[in-house]
Amino acid sequence: MKYLSEYRNLEATKRYLDLIEKTATKTWNIMEICGGQTHGLVKNGIINLLPENVRMIHGPGCPVCVTPLNLIDKAVELLENGIIVCSFGDMVRVPGSKKSLLEAKASGGDLRILYSPLEAVNIAKQNPNKEVVFFAVGFETTAPANALSVLHAQKEHVHNYSILVSHVLVPPAMEGILDDEFCTIDAFLGAGHVCAIMGLKEYYPLVEKYKIPIVVTGFEPLDLVQGIYMALVQLEKGEYKLENQYARVVREEGNLEAIHIIEKVFEIGDREWRGIGTIPMSGYVLKSEYRNFDAESKFGISSITTPENSDCIAGQILKGIKKPHECPQFGKACNPSNPLGAPMVSSEGACAAYYHFSNHLI
Amino acid sequence: MSNMDLGYDTINLGHGSGGLMTRDLLDKIIFETFSNPYLDQKHDGSIIQMDGKIAISTDSFVVSPIFFKGGNIGDLAVNGTVNDVAMCGAIPEFLSLAFIVEEGLPIGDFIKIVETIKETADRSGVKIITGDTKVVERGKGDKIFINTTGFGKVHPKADISADKIKAGDKIIISGPIAQHGMAIMSEREGLEFESTIESDTTNLNFLVLDLLDAFGDKIHLFRDPTRGGVASVLSEIADDINLGITIQENKLPLDDQVSAACEMLGLDPLFVANEGIFITIVSPEVESEVLALLQNNEKGTKASCIGEITQEHPKKVVMQSMIGGKRMVTPMIGEQLPRIC
Repeated sequence: MKYLSEYRNLEATKRYLDLIEKTATKTWNIMEICGGQTHGLVKNGIINLLPENVRMIHGPGCPVCVTPLNLIDKAVELLENGIIVCSFGDMVRVPGSKKSLLEAKASGGDLRILYSPLEAVNIAKQNPNKEVVFFAVGFETTAPANALSVLHAQKEHVHNYSILVSHVLVPPAMEGILDDEFCTIDAFLGAGHVCAIMGLKEYYPLVEKYKIPIVVTGFEPLDLVQGIYMALVQLEKGEYKLENQYARVVREEGNLEAIHIIEKVFEIGDREWRGIGTIPMSGYVLKSEYRNFDAESKFGISSITTPENSDCIAGQILKGIKKPHECPQFGKACNPSNPLGAPMVSSEGACAAYYHFSNHLI
Repeated sequence: MSNMDLGYDTINLGHGSGGLMTRDLLDKIIFETFSNPYLDQKHDGSIIQMDGKIAISTDSFVVSPIFFKGGNIGDLAVNGTVNDVAMCGAIPEFLSLAFIVEEGLPIGDFIKIVETIKETADRSGVKIITGDTKVVERGKGDKIFINTTGFGKVHPKADISADKIKAGDKIIISGPIAQHGMAIMSEREGLEFESTIESDTTNLNFLVLDLLDAFGDKIHLFRDPTRGGVASVLSEIADDINLGITIQENKLPLDDQVSAACEMLGLDPLFVANEGIFITIVSPEVESEVLALLQNNEKGTKASCIGEITQEHPKKVVMQSMIGGKRMVTPMIGEQLPRIC
């Protein structure tokens, strides 16, 4: 655990907090992209240790939160039709329009909670008379393993396996946020693990086009305060460049093998984002040669559409325009036992972070 | 005892019928293993003599898998109820024991569980005095469910009650957290995660007895943070007493391997189940002596004072993080689920 405890060191974190206090001379809005970073900031109480003029805006990087409602309804439909649905744990409590996956399980659906999509291929092999679907959600981080499961299934002739794809990409989301007329963001903390897969090359054009600092940052307390400090130094100097705070994990070129696997199976296409709408060329879809692994076409469920709950302001939360506790439903009509939208129930959702750790109340 | 003597390899519906097969199973396994003057009467129930205040606690055990590193469902069925009685400030003496078995359970598994129950009960100083065995059709249960009810006399010096907790009281935990939950997690199907983490399941009654002998009414509360973990228990206590609780993250005893497993699976150790530790809230003047007593016992070597009761933030649990920040600790909602990334 040494490599983790070092990044939770009290003295080192304090040194950076002091530097942040001394460096920031005016008000700056910094968005952390990733939900894991949001939780790191809130869970460790960093939010309350930052000076008032350094404001953290919580970004859209929670895969569960941005998965559109109709995808959950589609997965529920599959479960109700006797198909084995495998999912990461986070997804199963998110409400669909009628029920969540967990509720569909309670009504008799065969839902399996897994850590790896490769395990779903094994389940398909063990159940040759059943169809098995993996709910392939997530950003660039989960795409390689999901793509690999398709390659494995193909190689081993597992024809009863398919994936329900809802893969989204970080750079188009950042552009969407920056293009929004209400955007007040001065700098980004880039999503460390996404960059560990994809490398840095996609971010240079964003820095240039929007003249905005991006610091690719890790998830531990020391990573976060160092990333914030690096962004502030740029902002105060009037600079904008791409920096890599998380160099112990993120290489310039990314993980070439993972990228190769992604590109073999997926291509970039339009994707719907929950609460935001469709963003052109913002996600992965299966390439035509792998379409027989596409659960939506295999089971004829692509026509299911579902409107979002109008009381949920997830879109504004995900774009950083509002903070969770500024939502009139927060903690009242919307809470983790009875969520109106995904950010309240996902372990990386900003609303859940505020609800569980309630830092704004301390 | 081996399944060769019995003439059958699995438990089937006939063993729950109440007829000859049931009698055979009871005679050869249950009565032989647990023989004691109460049970040997083979009556519908047992008659016991207990004077004074009696603590009673019941619990059902449905853990899956039934065998795991550090124990099996039999250990939990005894330790869980023994500990619940002990948390009331009582000395557990008797247990009831009821099985619901799914047909098809290998008889060897059943015998192994029964033998574990016997060993664990002996270690805890409790007698099994009545019981029941039912068998359900395949698919109507999950291998084996066990219910136990424990009876114990309240310790003469005990005065355990949330009403006695005052601001300034110290919160002490008897050992490292999250061991049991992570041991179970590492054996669940589909998680592709291996570890040598063992369940911490153990009986805590003698340790509780030592504390009550030594400190009596200076001990204000005992709770064992089983399902829902430390976070859920502390939240419940704060809510009950209408006072605040402050804890220090860096004082929470947490084994390195358990901590790493929680990191990997994205679980918060504060929410993970325990089966062999307790939280006690004590008067501040006995803090160091309580800690010394615990740390000198093999079941409490890593005991730690994790925080205190405060006038501030009533009904809320606030944790001082490793890096000096503050955050709220809220009870667990539903089941803890593995994260995406």
